[in-house]
Amino acid sequence: MDNSIKRINAKNITDKEYFYGHKACAGCGGSLAVRLALKVLGDRTYSVLPAGCMSAVGFIYPQMAFTRNAIISTFPGSASMASGVSVGNKALGKKDTHTVVFAGDGGTADIGLQALSGAIDRDDKLIYICYDNEAYMNTGIQKSGLTPFGTKTTTTPAGKNIHGSTTQKKNMFEIVAAHDIKYAATASVGYYQDFINKVNKAKQVDGTSYIHVFASCPTGWGSATETAISIAKDAVDCGLIYLAEYENGEFKLNRNPKEFKPVKDYLFQQARFKHLTDEDIDVIIAARDKKWKRMRDKWQ
Amino acid sequence: MKNKKYFVSGDDAVAIGTRLARPQVISAYPITPQTIVVERLSEMVEDGSLKAEFMHVESEHSAMSAAMGVSSVGARAFTATSSQGLLYMAEGLHYASGGRYPIVMMNANRSVALPWSIFGDLRDSLSQLDSGWIQVYVEDAQEALDMMIQAYKIAEHKKVLTPFMVNLDGFVLTHTYEEVSVPEQSEVDEFLPTFTTPNKMDEEEPKNMGFSTTPADNMEFKYQQHKAMMDSLDIIQEVDKEYGDRFGRYYNGLIDTYMCDDAEIVLVTVGSVTGTARIVVDKMRKEGKKVGLLKLRYMRPFPEKEVNEVLKDKAVIGVLDKDISFGFEGTIFTNVNSSLSRLNKKPASYNFVAGMGGRDISKQNIEEMYNNLLDAKNGKEIERVKFINMGVKIDG
Repeated sequence: MDNSIKRINAKNITDKEYFYGHKACAGCGGSLAVRLALKVLGDRTYSVLPAGCMSAVGFIYPQMAFTRNAIISTFPGSASMASGVSVGNKALGKKDTHTVVFAGDGGTADIGLQALSGAIDRDDKLIYICYDNEAYMNTGIQKSGLTPFGTKTTTTPAGKNIHGSTTQKKNMFEIVAAHDIKYAATASVGYYQDFINKVNKAKQVDGTSYIHVFASCPTGWGSATETAISIAKDAVDCGLIYLAEYENGEFKLNRNPKEFKPVKDYLFQQARFKHLTDEDIDVIIAARDKKWKRMRDKWQ
Repeated sequence: MKNKKYFVSGDDAVAIGTRLARPQVISAYPITPQTIVVERLSEMVEDGSLKAEFMHVESEHSAMSAAMGVSSVGARAFTATSSQGLLYMAEGLHYASGGRYPIVMMNANRSVALPWSIFGDLRDSLSQLDSGWIQVYVEDAQEALDMMIQAYKIAEHKKVLTPFMVNLDGFVLTHTYEEVSVPEQSEVDEFLPTFTTPNKMDEEEPKNMGFSTTPADNMEFKYQQHKAMMDSLDIIQEVDKEYGDRFGRYYNGLIDTYMCDDAEIVLVTVGSVTGTARIVVDKMRKEGKKVGLLKLRYMRPFPEKEVNEVLKDKAVIGVLDKDISFGFEGTIFTNVNSSLSRLNKKPASYNFVAGMGGRDISKQNIEEMYNNLLDAKNGKEIERVKFINMGVKIDG
């Protein structure tokens, strides 16, 4: 990857708005990810969004929130429609355009996984950004393949017998990397400069790239709207979310803290985890530690 | 005509017609009996005779999704499918027509599982009549080739902007060989210029597409879709005439007729079985029986005016369906009957269900249908919906 690319930061990022006047909830991490990514990608960008929060809040006729080209795809078809947009523009002889997908965790890890795999296999020139708020928020907080263990959702109730979701998050980052994709990264809206840098890197890739950005959701998580940034930072600092990259066939951890902040402090800010017992939290910590051991052993 | 002639299969003819129409992107996924079409197109891209991007998508759902992406930026898109593949992309069919993307797709008509069958009937495409696609059914390889070219001209017409499905009977047409005349590329280019549309995303005029509507606006969009399809009735006839004037082959627009003028009874057919039925008409005419044949070319838009004009004075008509809508009757029969209900005096109508799952429809079978209709005309009571050539008697 070219290290000479111009760094974009809070001082020099454009004042232009590309996602404006939408109807997202207060404190929405997903809409922040879309806003920042489009500022990095610029005018000649085509956005493709499947069914999900960002399409639901951005395209309510006649009030269109994307100031440049954007289109809603079918729920399973965001990657393949983006491929079509990218290849169509190529066939028309257009150069220097960007095609970007903004899809939620369900639209990516569940229903959209097949089309995403196909796009990476073809290496079509597009950036796929998954904003992961850990459940189907647009339909009312149902469990997705990226809902973490112990989460209370409207389809994984927290009762006496079952304490919310019984499965761990699918490992989307490594699933994507296993395609030997040119560039993939994880990010968090809590570390937005890191996210901006990664979008800027993906922008330079001549082929498919993937960014998995952890995005806070006060409505679905039962957290305070003003914690949108801090809670997404806490998730990284307690080690449940990690910042990493995959390029040139190698994994790299971008943050490798000596000590994690307490998991409980992150979890208990949110109504979705309020029911967790000490035993449940032990399961969460054990999974975290196993994951980190493997990453530290193999990725350094 | 000085055009070159080739001895090719129906699938080959589709590929040749598609090449002449110059699609800019092909999104391809294999399914029997369509696969040869995308195989040939991949070879044409490889040898440079077709300048297009060839996308190896991972499913039919993505084939349609990619085609919509291509069309949304104003490029010409092609894909092809059959049977289960058509059903798998069903979501995309409705999406493409709602988005007004003039995609052209070849569908090899094939039975729908269960039970599995790779052989032909019309249960795949007829189940998608309401998806908002123009549906034409061709009779032979030449018509298939010619319709690939006409399809883009009709679909991309400013008043139409509606996706277009060219249907060929699986195996009976896709895998049988015929001589076809291939027009010159330069002549096709004059007939079918480069695709231009205001309905696209581009940098000069950015757009948000595929949006959502509230109850305050949704019906207006659906009405426009309906109106475009109704408007296409005229455009289809104009394009067919222009095609005939230029290339010497006319298909008579929405329907074709054979010996209908003085016929007392008429059988309505769709697709390749029409050829067999013509031979039967010839035989029965020699025997002095006043029988005729109506070939429905388009199922959507439905040629109500043309069908009623031909059938209005007939005593008895029959409809051959390679399809059954379980619990009622053949879908083509339902459509023809609905059309006839606008007449002051409707002919008596009967339905023959035949050829499902690839079963042969023989000349004898068709003669049986005509004889049944003659019986009805002579006052004999016959079944309203009759299954033809059943191997076993099911209802005791």
